[in-house]
Amino acid sequence: MREDYDLAVVGAGPTGLAAATVAAEHGLRVAVFDEQEVPGGQVYRAIEQAPAARAELLGPDYRAGRDLVADFRASGADYFPATQVWSLNQRLELGLLHTGAARMVTARRVLIANGAQERPVPFPDWTLPGVMYAGGAQILMKSAGLIPGQGVVIAGTGPLLLLLGWQYHRAGVAVQAILETAPRRNLWRALPYLPQALLAHHYVTKGLRLERYLQRHGVPVHKAVSDLRALGSDQLQAVEYAHRDSTQRIDTELLLVQFGVIPQTHLARAAGCEHRWDPAQQCWRTTADAWGNTSVPGIMVAGDGASIGGAVAARHAGRIAAFAALHELAVIGAPERDRLAAADLKWLRADLHIRPFLEALFRLPDELLAQAADEVVICRCEEITAGQIRDAVADGHRDPNQVKFLTRCGMGPCQGRQCSDSVAQLVAAATGQSIVDVGAYRIRPPVKPLPVAALANLSGVEEAAE
Amino acid sequence: MSVDVIIIGGGLMGLSTALHLAKRGSRCLVLEKDTPARHASGVNAGGLRRLNRDPAEIPLSVAAAEMWRDIASLVDSDCDVRLSVQVRVAESLSDLEKLEARAAMVRALGYDHEELIGRDELYRLVPALAPHCVGALACRGDGYARPFHAATAFRHKAEELGAEVRTDCRVDRVERVGEHWRVVSIQGEFEAPVLVNTAGAWAGGIAASLGEAVPLTSGAPMMMVTARVPRFLDAVVGAAGRKLSFKQMQNGTVVIGGAHLAEHDMQRETTHIDMARLKTSAQTVMALFPRMADVPIVRTWAGLEAFTPDHLPVIGASAIYPGLHHAFGFSAHGFQLSPAVGRVMSELILDGRASLSLEAFRIDRFADTLQVRSASD
Repeated sequence: MREDYDLAVVGAGPTGLAAATVAAEHGLRVAVFDEQEVPGGQVYRAIEQAPAARAELLGPDYRAGRDLVADFRASGADYFPATQVWSLNQRLELGLLHTGAARMVTARRVLIANGAQERPVPFPDWTLPGVMYAGGAQILMKSAGLIPGQGVVIAGTGPLLLLLGWQYHRAGVAVQAILETAPRRNLWRALPYLPQALLAHHYVTKGLRLERYLQRHGVPVHKAVSDLRALGSDQLQAVEYAHRDSTQRIDTELLLVQFGVIPQTHLARAAGCEHRWDPAQQCWRTTADAWGNTSVPGIMVAGDGASIGGAVAARHAGRIAAFAALHELAVIGAPERDRLAAADLKWLRADLHIRPFLEALFRLPDELLAQAADEVVICRCEEITAGQIRDAVADGHRDPNQVKFLTRCGMGPCQGRQCSDSVAQLVAAATGQSIVDVGAYRIRPPVKPLPVAALANLSGVEEAAE
Repeated sequence: MSVDVIIIGGGLMGLSTALHLAKRGSRCLVLEKDTPARHASGVNAGGLRRLNRDPAEIPLSVAAAEMWRDIASLVDSDCDVRLSVQVRVAESLSDLEKLEARAAMVRALGYDHEELIGRDELYRLVPALAPHCVGALACRGDGYARPFHAATAFRHKAEELGAEVRTDCRVDRVERVGEHWRVVSIQGEFEAPVLVNTAGAWAGGIAASLGEAVPLTSGAPMMMVTARVPRFLDAVVGAAGRKLSFKQMQNGTVVIGGAHLAEHDMQRETTHIDMARLKTSAQTVMALFPRMADVPIVRTWAGLEAFTPDHLPVIGASAIYPGLHHAFGFSAHGFQLSPAVGRVMSELILDGRASLSLEAFRIDRFADTLQVRSASD
């Protein structure tokens, strides 16, 4: 590994690959650090390895990742797979962990392209074995060809439900039902945005096509489902939900849920970047300008890690960030940057037309986010319930950090990734404040667990003078 | 609203002072600029340690240990106190000689809580310790608590006894008005005949504004905590030749400190973890507990704290004004002292004298230092 990278890219999904390719092709010394063994991120996971039959099953959007990865491989960017980035600070030092060895490296600019995570939405007994995230299940299919051996229920909101249902059905999986929890009112609220959304009609028509396919093949797609609940003692046995004013039950041992995705902001938060609450996407976002520059000089963020837009938007955003980095590093002038980025910026502007429609359509009802019953576990690592969090608030602890100090919620191995927003929503609801007022957990390095021995042998730091 | 005492700073010292005053009928108002125990009070290592105290602190620390042993009788909560033993291990014969001298000195002062133990007893108390250690200074009955829980319990009890704690109430300035103090805050003005300065890392500014400058520095000791591991340690472990505090909490996580300082920014009230120094801390852990090698560190943090030049706190009456009292500058070892500090503060304020000598903690003990400094400026 060299010591003088111009651009360090965190993440080898569509954003990072596109950015690294552009930057390296323009002569920058680029390093890409990624947790996975192979490039592609979550969306194009194992795209180079997937056998033809699996790639065929996963569909054309997945196969679109092939040329992206091929271009990256040919670009001359240095690629460090199986490498976790556990720290980033305002001196642009990155903490890396690879095969148990930790080191610090510095780059002239850093692009955070670490993508999204599935939005945690606690519901009764969501912690039972047999309840999994749908995105995680899809990764198993992409990377290892693993599919459920028995029936599966898919529930939540967002475009993944239909896509995964379609992929599973074509792979021979018994999809028992798809339960969409978006309330009916969402459709009415989304309609005003439909005309502009038709400018980007490929999304809408794709969704309709998948839904028609599933209906034609007898997969029930229930809409406006509420009161989702997992049933079972030590393993999922059934899913219960309310639909059309009655309680329904499906016996199943596998429930896959997804309630959309949210940007992963831990690394940007640890670096001290400013964040703002996006009421439309119902998540925190790292504050950034149109080029991806955050509030911290030299740190950029792009793709789903900055704002949820999907894989194609992420690819364009990565290229835009790379052109901006080239400009900041005085490789190209502003007019050249603007000329090179024009097509990508235009594409993103057009794509923005569909966002208000999708965001309104897939909007989660506030009661789902902020009104979990007292017995529902919110922090999975420390097994802290909504009731315990409300008790802490009643006790005078009126922000998520105080609630964390008192209850240990957010202190487990996931470092608050699973409960941060839920706790903030509960605190906001209980105190009558907005989520912006109550804020979020303070995040510090390491943002990925770091073995004691790795820290003790950390290389690339000055020896401490104390 | 009319109050007897205004306390600036809602950390443990301020809350403990309020609690003890309220117990004796004083009406107290605590003004906290953030939320109670936001900085050092809430995020310190939680050590309940008499071991290796400065001789001047021993009486206070011993009194505090008595109070922690039955803390529920004071605050109606056990504050998650766990008492076992604290040890300060010797890794060499020269370490051991120093500890022997220390033990003799403490004995000569008339205290028997510090005890030199040999190799066998050390490994009986701390079987997981690396095999090269030769002995230790031990203090049986020392242990730890959870600091934020303790601060919360102190606050609850103080409030139950009638104290008022105002949060998000930053103090802009303090004025002397006749025989009273007027405190101007972002939530308005408050007046009382007695003022207590327990503002932690910000106490120096308040003292200086009242003409009692103290050469305080600020710092933010870093802590780290690991994932849960099976129970292997009851003792709290320090070392004679290294900066370490090492303990396994009730839930199996291991909390590691040692006063390695973070970078910090007093203006923005932020701290930044310094990986080079944290590396030293991890090396110390590897040297003494090699079994920790693969255990993941899951979080780090640091709390802002005031340090005095002699690392002894300022506790006592103002050298200038009647009705002004200070308790700050605990230099990263104040947590254990807090119940006793609140008690002596209440005695000073209500009785005019404390039951323990506070001579070593006088605020004017730095006067010479300050004069020398201003002369050389």
